[in-house]
Amino acid sequence: MRIPLSWLREFAEVPAGATAEDVMAELVKVGFEEEDVHRPTDTLQGPIVVGQVLSLVKEPQTNGKIINWCQVRVVPEGQEQTLTGEGIDPSGVQGIICGAHNFVEGDKVVVTLPGAVLPGDFHISARKTYGHLSAGMIASVRELGIGEDHDGILVLSRIGLDPEIGTDAMELLGLYDQAAEINVTPDRGYAFSIRGVAREYAHATGTTFTDPGSRVQAPAELSGGYGVKINDDAPIYGKPGCDRFVARTVRGVDAARPTPAWMSSRLRLAGIRSISLPVDISNYVMLELGQPLHFYDQDKLSGEIVVRRAVTGEKLATLDGKERSLDPEDLLITDASGPIGIAGVMGGAATEVSDATSTVLIEAAHFEEVSIARSRRRHKLPSEASKRFERGVDWHVAGIAAQRAVDLLVELAGGTADEAGTDAGTAPDSATIDLPAAFAAARIGIDFTDEQIVTSLEDLGAAVVKNDGGWSVTAPSWRHDLETKEDLSEEIARLVGYDKIPATLPVAPPGRGLTRVQQQRRRLIQALADAGLTEVLSYPFVSKAANDTFGVPEQGAGRTAVKLANPISEEQGFLRTSILPGLIEVAKRNHSRGFRDLALFESGLVFLPAEGMGTDSIPPLGAKPSEEVLDGLYDGVPAQPFHLAAVLTGHDSPAAAGHSPRIWDWADALDIARLAGDVLGVEIVAGQGSHQAFHPGRAAQLSLRTGEVVGYAGELHPKLLAASDMPARSVALEINADALFDAAPDVIVARHISTFPVATQDVALVVPAEVPADEVLAALREGAGELLEDVALFDVYAGKGIEEGKKSLAFGLRFRADDRTLTADEASAARESAVALAAERFGAVQR
Amino acid sequence: MTETLPGAAIPNPTDEAAITAAVDQAVAAIAGAATLDELKAVRLAHTGEKSPLSLANRVIGKLPKDQKAIAGKLMGASRGRVNKALADRTAELEAENDARILLEETVDVTAAPRRRRTGARHPLSTLQDRVADIFVGMGWEIAEGPEVESEWFNFDALNFKPDHPAREMQDTFFVEPPEAHLLMRTHTSPVQVRSMLERELPIYVLCPGKVFRTDELDATHTPVFHQFEGLAIDRKLSMADLRGTLEHFARQMFGDEAQIRLRPNYFPFTEPSAELDIWHPGAKGGPRWIEWGGCGMVNPNVLRAAGIDPDVYSGFAFGMGIERTLMFRNEVGDMRDMIEGDVRFSEHFGMEI
Repeated sequence: MRIPLSWLREFAEVPAGATAEDVMAELVKVGFEEEDVHRPTDTLQGPIVVGQVLSLVKEPQTNGKIINWCQVRVVPEGQEQTLTGEGIDPSGVQGIICGAHNFVEGDKVVVTLPGAVLPGDFHISARKTYGHLSAGMIASVRELGIGEDHDGILVLSRIGLDPEIGTDAMELLGLYDQAAEINVTPDRGYAFSIRGVAREYAHATGTTFTDPGSRVQAPAELSGGYGVKINDDAPIYGKPGCDRFVARTVRGVDAARPTPAWMSSRLRLAGIRSISLPVDISNYVMLELGQPLHFYDQDKLSGEIVVRRAVTGEKLATLDGKERSLDPEDLLITDASGPIGIAGVMGGAATEVSDATSTVLIEAAHFEEVSIARSRRRHKLPSEASKRFERGVDWHVAGIAAQRAVDLLVELAGGTADEAGTDAGTAPDSATIDLPAAFAAARIGIDFTDEQIVTSLEDLGAAVVKNDGGWSVTAPSWRHDLETKEDLSEEIARLVGYDKIPATLPVAPPGRGLTRVQQQRRRLIQALADAGLTEVLSYPFVSKAANDTFGVPEQGAGRTAVKLANPISEEQGFLRTSILPGLIEVAKRNHSRGFRDLALFESGLVFLPAEGMGTDSIPPLGAKPSEEVLDGLYDGVPAQPFHLAAVLTGHDSPAAAGHSPRIWDWADALDIARLAGDVLGVEIVAGQGSHQAFHPGRAAQLSLRTGEVVGYAGELHPKLLAASDMPARSVALEINADALFDAAPDVIVARHISTFPVATQDVALVVPAEVPADEVLAALREGAGELLEDVALFDVYAGKGIEEGKKSLAFGLRFRADDRTLTADEASAARESAVALAAERFGAVQR
Repeated sequence: MTETLPGAAIPNPTDEAAITAAVDQAVAAIAGAATLDELKAVRLAHTGEKSPLSLANRVIGKLPKDQKAIAGKLMGASRGRVNKALADRTAELEAENDARILLEETVDVTAAPRRRRTGARHPLSTLQDRVADIFVGMGWEIAEGPEVESEWFNFDALNFKPDHPAREMQDTFFVEPPEAHLLMRTHTSPVQVRSMLERELPIYVLCPGKVFRTDELDATHTPVFHQFEGLAIDRKLSMADLRGTLEHFARQMFGDEAQIRLRPNYFPFTEPSAELDIWHPGAKGGPRWIEWGGCGMVNPNVLRAAGIDPDVYSGFAFGMGIERTLMFRNEVGDMRDMIEGDVRFSEHFGMEI
């Protein structure tokens, strides 16, 4: 909401020298955030004066253009030019070149004299052009920054002005005024008006507020006016869509008269474009009092007005020239011809006021919030009117606003008001709120005095009556947001001042610290960073193709993903089922910025929808749903496991003197996956994997000892790397970290540490090439029995001396007993037993 | 020295002057040896089998009995002197040698390569941990919830009326199909509702996490960002408790000088509601109040939605943006730096914040 200060001053005691910033600093105390300042003088400086065109000589140019060489009087005849400066002619007459042709000799115009500055940091000076010294400019509204019209210069008579020559045109056009723009929270519809903001300014400063409504003499009752029937047969939530409709008629209006400068200036500062006098009046009254109005050309109406819901199939051509299909829930203004407006949202084109209109019918109605909000959404028609109705308008102000519009049409448009008028509808019951005496103090933490409580509430406009345990409070008619004792507590605190609230620190009961999973998550992230990887974040929005590529292989392209109804980009309209697509994008971005050696990781949720997710309906607010309904809500939320993923490309470390970095390879991906397991105490078992995103021969499927698959690690598929402009041989891994957390041991039982000597034995086994080394190792471990302390693969060899299709695996075995020094025979026997099992399982032959 | 040896007269082992002269000669030669090799030669010359002292020593056996004792004593002492000189010089030369070898092994330590890659945490994740730790230190617990959430948890349970403009102001991502009433949470407040439904009273929890709004990415907006929200439900909590908690937190976060300010505002889930500003003495362009988040006393309808009796319990809640906190605390000028994943951004912070 933009508040022109001159307007605010009419109803609140704003100091003469106060700026928009000063006003905002006051309003922020009562809850209106500062948004912006609108001040023409920030970009516009005089001298800018009223001049009269004395002569105008048309001079054709070689380029075919005709320019006007004008003599313009800027000081009344017989008076001295008091301005001095380069280019100011002491005679009081300036010679000015002008390219526009919409004015004639004798017209009064706005002259920007040398020394003036116009928006866009455009400095006016005397300059040679078209063979003359042009000392100033005859301005258009666009050049002055007060309108879009740049077809011609501003001729003052056409906006109804005939000022004295030499008058300060900035004063004349209201350009010394300024507006404060504040943010109005959705609960406070009343503050979308000068009336509401002036009241708040008075609250903030402790000064006096004059209600603009009090200046309007509206008749106590109206009758005999234009026929209006309110007939809502389908109220939403049981509330009638319209509970008041005031209609007033003004005849003999000259709709083509110009809008006076004071009005258009205020409208402009308030952010509303001047359209025509009647439209400007309706907007002006809305801004001043908060009551949206609609003006009809009464001669275009046929029969009485009926406010009703739409019938399926009905259509309406609205003011913006669009034909709209109406919904049975739309509340309509209709006459005998059918719909003539969507109530509170937009009027119809057929009954619109035009320059030719002579009889205006003013509508000042009160519409129900939800009905207006739904129509506005349905037709995507946000308007100044709907904005106010959605947030709640004062029921009682409708008659006053109608009268104010009548008065302005009479005063400015030369109309005559009908005595008769219409006021249909009934006022809603005003609710009273019980405010127990100690309640506000307990909720806010300030020991309010009774006087503070009563005065604050009365200042708001509430009626306060003492009762047994406190007060009975009736909220003012413009404060629909005040419904509970908590609401009243906020108002009291707001008016007394939030800065008066003391600080006390409540002590929480003994806490349990971070949960196990929270600690595991931190440890995992820290371990990867400690291992030299860089943590990044990416968006969870991906394409269907990305999900198909990175989803689990069994589902392939048939996998499902959560689709967004309103994504930012349709291409990335799905939620990730894997972190890798986003991470690869990040890797690409870094690569394109010149970083070739990368080790990136990200952790976060992925989204795995199931059939029938969500719930058909949601329970109402303000009450705990039944356990059954709650279970439905919980179960309807799709699974969102916490994943960890990493992408490695380029070298493992920076090249340096005396250090040759290594190129990341598939084994690094696996190593990091194992590290993730290690820091959580979970063994990760790698098996030869098959996943469409990975190299078919260089990927491992990662599982737990239980067999549960928890992820993949290895070299990314060459085609995928090529298609996404990633360096060849880039490697990646992704793990369902939640599965690791689940598998982490609760209690680790200590192992006996034997101090007897170790006996080491090496063994080289020849096995078929396709046999996984890990499985041979497992067989050795199993076969060796309990004397085996450790076994490790230390060499893999194929080639000369080894039969084609076979490979040699060399293992080191460490034996140790708990209770004695092993003899060489015992160790050898254990080794033989290990080899025997490997031979049995894989046909392993000792070299 | 050596030239005197071959054929030199064998000194008489009882001739003290001659023996002393030989010893002096040996000691001088030992002291003159500059290297271990020279010393070896000197040792052979003066203590070897052909050396004057060895030869003199061998003569003792042939001496008459009365002279044997005199010669033995003289020779023993003399050879002792020579051996000690040898041992001392050997230790000296060995020490010199060791020191030289170490000196020769000198490297330029300033040219040491970094062999290991230095990793980094994302500062948003580090900051989130730090915030959590402050509250855990106060006895609060950390609560979490899903990012795709039921509309009820995100809105209705938080007292957003179905057609109220406040609901639209959240710029919500909805999930297909809309009839399923699922969305991407627009704030971490649904975790508050879950906490109230699932936990025993009293409740003191902090809910950090990712949230989503349909804003296009620019220097100050991102469709995905992080919040932390606090919720306390207990008997007799007031807005003073809210202020005290926020003040304590601000001081933990920004130092003892930190100040906060509350301004009236509106949120459907709190009543009264306030905007929280923090005084930032080090702000670019001079000290000023910076908008940090929102807070207020939990609306009774929110308590009712969780089955908590608002006549017995009251509570307060607050919420701040982690990106915003990082922006003003660490002078991050552009939101895009936080989400594009440029390694320079994370690596500049390393493990710290």
